[in-house]
Amino acid sequence: MKDRIFKTVIYIFLSVWAVIVLFPFYWMLLTSVKSYSTYNAEYIPKFFTLSPTLENYSSAFTTVPLGGYFLNTIIFTLVTTGVMLIVTVLSAFAFSRLEFKGKNLVFTLFLALMMIPNELVIITNFVTITNMGLRNTFTGLILPSVTSVFYIYLLKENFEQIPNELYKAAKVDGTSDMKYLLKVMVPICQPTVVTIVILKVIECWNSYVWPRLITDKQAYFLVSNGIQEIRENGFGRDNIPAMMAAVVSISTPLIILFLIFHKKIMAGVSRGGTKG
Amino acid sequence: MKIRLEHLTKRFKSRDKNGADVVAVNDFTFEIPDGKLIGLLGPSGCGKSTALNLICGLEEPTSGKIFFDDEDVTDQPPEKRGVGMVFQSYALYPHLTVRKNIMFPLGNLKGDQKLTKEEMNKKAEEAAKIVQISELMERKPREMSGGQQQRVAIARALVKQPRVLLLDEPLSNLDARLRIQTREEIRRIQTSTKITTLFVTHDQEEAMSISDLIVVMKDGIVNQIGAPQDVYDEPVNLFVAKFLGTPPINVFDGKIKGGKVYIGEDFITDIRVKEDKEVKVGIRPEGFILSDEGTMKLNVAGIEVMGRDTILVADHDGAENRIRAVVAGDDAKGIRHGDTVKAKIRKGKVFVFDATSGERLGTEA
Repeated sequence: MKDRIFKTVIYIFLSVWAVIVLFPFYWMLLTSVKSYSTYNAEYIPKFFTLSPTLENYSSAFTTVPLGGYFLNTIIFTLVTTGVMLIVTVLSAFAFSRLEFKGKNLVFTLFLALMMIPNELVIITNFVTITNMGLRNTFTGLILPSVTSVFYIYLLKENFEQIPNELYKAAKVDGTSDMKYLLKVMVPICQPTVVTIVILKVIECWNSYVWPRLITDKQAYFLVSNGIQEIRENGFGRDNIPAMMAAVVSISTPLIILFLIFHKKIMAGVSRGGTKG
Repeated sequence: MKIRLEHLTKRFKSRDKNGADVVAVNDFTFEIPDGKLIGLLGPSGCGKSTALNLICGLEEPTSGKIFFDDEDVTDQPPEKRGVGMVFQSYALYPHLTVRKNIMFPLGNLKGDQKLTKEEMNKKAEEAAKIVQISELMERKPREMSGGQQQRVAIARALVKQPRVLLLDEPLSNLDARLRIQTREEIRRIQTSTKITTLFVTHDQEEAMSISDLIVVMKDGIVNQIGAPQDVYDEPVNLFVAKFLGTPPINVFDGKIKGGKVYIGEDFITDIRVKEDKEVKVGIRPEGFILSDEGTMKLNVAGIEVMGRDTILVADHDGAENRIRAVVAGDDAKGIRHGDTVKAKIRKGKVFVFDATSGERLGTEA
């Protein structure tokens, strides 16, 4: 009896919570299908609409260059994630399996970097990239985020859990280090690798401060700072429904990605955490 | 393939700076004949696995040489030596199926030796057939029992048709019943492939039961090499005598007086040693014959019935531990806890060792 009351309370609480969390999404979606005139006519916004329209979506891709921002973001995300994966896998391999002088010192320095807040690093990165003349280029956009100390650390811990005997067995068979890394270590640590990739994709898709700083030409805008641009110079500040259509368009890929992979993300993170 | 070791030595630097080096393998010089099954036997930490790693090529010797037939392989990497190795934990790739695990070594072949997918498949299937796991080819390692994983590991070692097969504690991860089955299996595979096979174990029973030859090691030093029965019958020192045999040999403090060996006041045997001195006397459990004419008195502390035979647990003043004597069941009838019985000592089952060095002394006369 007590158990049931407890459960009921929990479920009521969770339901209320779900409504609170999901309501903004609903509001966003609802607003995006109202026409500009309907939206303006509603003195008090209604919780539903009887005349949904997709015209906001088409204008998001035609009257403002949202498609171009999309393309930029996809290029940025793919290249960053790809290069980051190569960098982190190779360095995690070096830290976990190779013996070299100063390994522990270097790794400690790496970990020490994690203590420095990102905002601080942004300033030095900005100066560096500007001095290199890489403002308004993809290289400048991508370069600072191709490595991640935390992911190297996560992957290193995972690699170290692979028994040494596997490495010896591979050596007896004449397997090169590279082949061992790609054919044995990475597949065994696949959940963590997948997690890292997904988290990085989300991070890239959402990145705002860095692209905003390093680019001021529309040709290099990503969706995040592009949306700002649309608001300022595209639809105008008042056309909220069109804005919402743009926002829905750019959040949908991430939401789908998260829904598909959320189990894997959690598995990878908890695996790295508990066994580490 | 004959394996010859010449003054093979491996030293490890001590972990703390001023500590002495650890000599894991100390001046190994012996030959392993072609096509035999050899058991490398010794207590934990005596350097058996290091010796195996040296022969495999996973570790470089500090000094000394290794020959396969007449070819010096000391500086060759493992894959050039043509060795197959089975690890204690099997070291199967957990993300690959049995088939892919077995095929893995073949994928590393280069140049002329490179194989097509079909050839690799065929070879993998042949290897699987030898170890009788043909029906498990599509399973993943975690879906199999320890014994099956063991077979996969052996198949993977065999698939390259190695010149030498090395097994590191191949049975220690299996339960008791499977262990006996698997050791016979290893014997069978070795006999059918005729590959020179070296395996490491700390279990003397395991080594004795399947080896053609056993090498008994202690602290990096080879103590004795020989056929299991020979080593059991003629141990060169107290360590070897103690290490082989279940139940273990009974050791007593004794003395030599005028060419005769005594334990306390009890006469044991004659010996061809002139001077009188303190010695250690070892008597195998099966070396006692209950008899009224016996010269050795035992205080019975218990009886363990084993069916055909009976183990007499007894005390004796000179004994290092409780004595265990295996006697025929009929002879032990009516003997109870607290009785004193007399026993004769069977010739060839008693060994006399120097009290300090542990070396075997004289042969019985």
